[in-house]
Amino acid sequence: MDSSGRPVLYSYFRSSCSWRVRIALALKGIAYDQEPVNLLKDGGQQFSTEFQAVNPMQQVPALKIDGIILSQSLAIIQYLEETRPNPRLLPQDLKKRAQARMISDHIVSGIQPLQNLTFLKQVGEKMEWAQHNITCGFKALEQILQHTAGRYCIGDEVSMADLCLVPQVHNAERFKVDLAPYPTITRINKALLELEAFQVSHPCRQPDTPAELRT
Amino acid sequence: MQQVPALKIDGIILSQSLAIIQYLEETRPNPRLLPQDLKKRAQARMISDHIVSGIQPLQNLTFLKQVGEKMEWAQHNITCGFKALEQILQHTAGRYCIGDEVSMADLCLVPQVHNAERFKVDLAPYPTITRINKALLELEAFQVSHPCRQPDTPAELRT
Repeated sequence: MDSSGRPVLYSYFRSSCSWRVRIALALKGIAYDQEPVNLLKDGGQQFSTEFQAVNPMQQVPALKIDGIILSQSLAIIQYLEETRPNPRLLPQDLKKRAQARMISDHIVSGIQPLQNLTFLKQVGEKMEWAQHNITCGFKALEQILQHTAGRYCIGDEVSMADLCLVPQVHNAERFKVDLAPYPTITRINKALLELEAFQVSHPCRQPDTPAELRT
Repeated sequence: MQQVPALKIDGIILSQSLAIIQYLEETRPNPRLLPQDLKKRAQARMISDHIVSGIQPLQNLTFLKQVGEKMEWAQHNITCGFKALEQILQHTAGRYCIGDEVSMADLCLVPQVHNAERFKVDLAPYPTITRINKALLELEAFQVSHPCRQPDTPAELRT
């Protein structure tokens, strides 16, 4: 941790994975400092020797907290949940908790890696593959949400699944995916964006947001 | 989601392997698959997530179809992922990924090493991964669940 004693989040304003953790920190009222890592500049600052010492996986987010450094957004979020349990980010009911993890994992493993920078480079910058993968993923998610959703992904309480949903919808919009077939996803996304934690953590309002994208 | 695995249990159907495993952990807690210590538990999840989100999706059937069946991308992604994992394990590993108790991270490691071997990735640069994988494969649970011994294993691959 730095001299202020606060956690330090290594983040990129537009990284959906980083946004998930920013939301969690905001919801739990945890003050922290940000170290921006620009994924595009200098060939990608995540590949620098300095950052590799922070996270050998060479990815954001990474969180320095309680004397350790954690990476992987869901591992970080669940550590925050277990050490700072209020407000809750996972349902108490074990079946609902499993559904929250299932939806989170679907987004985090089943959609995001198939539309991120690494993937795009490897498919030769073919946007249509990213759009296809988001579309397939959202089609499945819309069906799952029929069974689980209330005001939010799991009933009426914000959970880890919601932290994964909003950044992925933002990416879908950036990739110009038509969201009309997904009314539940759209409704939930809209409800979540009304919450302060989802606003303060938004890509358009980060320390490293470029001036032309800042609102 | 049109993927395996899916588990029908206790009146529900769950998908996503880590969601399933953690549901089993929380409803049938013995023996433990996640450390009690919260930092070690976070490391177990971190390693699991690295494999499950950071390596596997970038070498699975869907991915290969989309990169035009270019094996070298799958090999590249496994190599990058294992290079990072080998470093992380320097800090966390004992006999297994997290100290000396089997955890969810180990359940993710062995199948990914098996995939690496199928893709002919050279494992010499990863002595910790290799050592842990070998130790885990000695355990009965890792043997009875092995791809070569399943009801749907093709005859020519069965051992």
